[in-house]
Amino acid sequence: MTFANAVWYLFAAILVFAALRVITVKNPVHAALWLVLSFFSAAAIWLMLGAEFLAIALVLVYVGAVMVRFLFVIMMLDVDFDDLRRHFKSYIPVGATVGGLVLVEMILVVVAGAKDAAGGGSLPAGSNTKALGRLLYVDYVYPFELAAVLLLIAIVAAIALTWRRRKDTRRQDPGEQVKVKRGDRVRLIAMPAEKRER
Amino acid sequence: MRADLYAVLPEIAILASASLILIAGLFIPQARRAISFWLAQAALLATMWIVVSTAQVGTVRAFHGMVVDDMLGDVLKLLALVAVSLMLFYGRAYLEARGLFRGEAFVLVLFALLGMMVMMGAASFLTLYLGLEILSLSLYALVALQRDAAAPAEAAMKYFVLGALASGMLLYGVSMVYGATGSFDLDRVAEATLGSQGNRTLLAFGLVFIVSGIAFKLGVVPYHMWVPDVYHGAPTPITLLVGTAPKLAAFAFTLRVLAGALKGMEFDWQGMLIVLSLLSMTLGNLIAIAQTSVKRMLAYSTIANMGFMLMGFLAADLNGYSAAMFYTVAYVFTSAASFGVVLLLSREGFEADAIDDFKGLNRRSPWWAFIMLLVMFSLAGVPPMLGFYAKFAVLEAAVNQGFVWLAVAGVLASLVGAFYYLRIVKLMYFDEPTDREPIVAPGGTRAILSANGLALLVLGILPQPLMGLCVVALAQSQF
Repeated sequence: MTFANAVWYLFAAILVFAALRVITVKNPVHAALWLVLSFFSAAAIWLMLGAEFLAIALVLVYVGAVMVRFLFVIMMLDVDFDDLRRHFKSYIPVGATVGGLVLVEMILVVVAGAKDAAGGGSLPAGSNTKALGRLLYVDYVYPFELAAVLLLIAIVAAIALTWRRRKDTRRQDPGEQVKVKRGDRVRLIAMPAEKRER
Repeated sequence: MRADLYAVLPEIAILASASLILIAGLFIPQARRAISFWLAQAALLATMWIVVSTAQVGTVRAFHGMVVDDMLGDVLKLLALVAVSLMLFYGRAYLEARGLFRGEAFVLVLFALLGMMVMMGAASFLTLYLGLEILSLSLYALVALQRDAAAPAEAAMKYFVLGALASGMLLYGVSMVYGATGSFDLDRVAEATLGSQGNRTLLAFGLVFIVSGIAFKLGVVPYHMWVPDVYHGAPTPITLLVGTAPKLAAFAFTLRVLAGALKGMEFDWQGMLIVLSLLSMTLGNLIAIAQTSVKRMLAYSTIANMGFMLMGFLAADLNGYSAAMFYTVAYVFTSAASFGVVLLLSREGFEADAIDDFKGLNRRSPWWAFIMLLVMFSLAGVPPMLGFYAKFAVLEAAVNQGFVWLAVAGVLASLVGAFYYLRIVKLMYFDEPTDREPIVAPGGTRAILSANGLALLVLGILPQPLMGLCVVALAQSQF
């Protein structure tokens, strides 16, 4: 067992453990933090497999953005988790059925995959960031730009449908704030010096 | 790269001008919103010029097989540009009266047009789907744009939920076709299906889902549930938009996917289209009779007309495709004129939505009664109107391919349909007006609507140039 192998097993063990904690831990905030750890471990494994771009994207997008938002949502929603947990037993039959099905499917895929193992295609030479970039910005540049347009439309539509100018909101006007002069904020009052009373 | 950009120059022009109008909207006060309107019209005109000046004979593929630039795409893009321009002209007064004359409206209309143009020039399932989503997303937002009224919100919600379902079905079908052929490229899929490679069962399943998705977008029975509600609930100019130009894009979609990529499955989709066509023609025309709202009646008329269009399409030869294309074009411009008249009669606080609002139109304005007469005759297929020739071409194509019983059913259905179109004519000419408000509209709009109405008559008498254009566009394009 080489050192790299040992490290791989370490990350894999942490990943499995963290993933288990996500579903067993009682506090949902802790569960989200365990999920962050499992993302990190998965990213480390991808990095060792030579998929550095995916690893970095996983950390930046999922850990950096998605999980933070998850945490916000969990903290802002007033969900009574004890109440949810009380019905745990009644969900067991459904949960066990779905879990069992997924397990059987995974075993079938692995067994069938092992039988006619074509193996994954060979990795492109050089950086896979470059290879992905080539695909996205050369081969698929047109659909990529169209997807960007789609996001722009979503923004325009969302704002057009929800934004209202309300008279009673207090809003900041950065232009006014920048243009402010000393005279607007400080008033110098000439007043005679007072005698100290002692 | 330069050739690539050249192939999508019209799309670039529309995208750039939509973004420009979006930014310019920040600096234009609401009182001078007409500037945005004229900017949008100028963008449409400039793009028409670009489409015409970059049109060439032959097929150019660009962006690694994502885009195809051919005569078919050029002709359809040009017609869609004209239809959207008409919609903006006809709808202007209505939008102004209801506080919808806003920058976002024009931007979303141009984005919807962009989606249509992307669909018309798509050479891959990926591009087709993205174009479809750009179109649909813009339309959902436009339907809901009148936020404070209940009907538009309900219509938008129904449209959105059912549209998402249809997109899902379409994608599921596409994924099966990908699984069977290993490609998104329409040409490669065509090669695989024609060469009877790939898993036939998987392809047949994929085809069912794709046809369902297309049927939803065309609004044919049994995927028509959204049409009446959206047509009725949306602000009338948006109904006009939903009912016209996207039909051209849906035609391009149907043609490129069924007649192009899935040419090898022709026998299978012909059967499905026969069912869709027959159901739409009968159900659409029968239910339209019971409607008291003009917009709902025109919605059921759309369903029936799209069924008719499919009858030409399922003949599956050049004759049938060009008849279907002619039918779509004829329907789009007839429909534009019909909603144009509805918009002309509506004013602030009054929708002109009930059929009874057309009572005695001849007394109020003989000219607009005459234009509406032309439109209704064209929809009913009375010679010598454009609609008559369109129906005739479709029936001829179907009969030539041996679908005689379907053609007979089509004729019977349009006889039923003639009843509710002619009822409007009867109301206009033989009943007493209930509403005596003068009809006001800007002179430009009057002139354009009159030209649109008269074109239905002129093109009905001389259909050959338009038919020739459809035949040439289809013959010069590989799909």
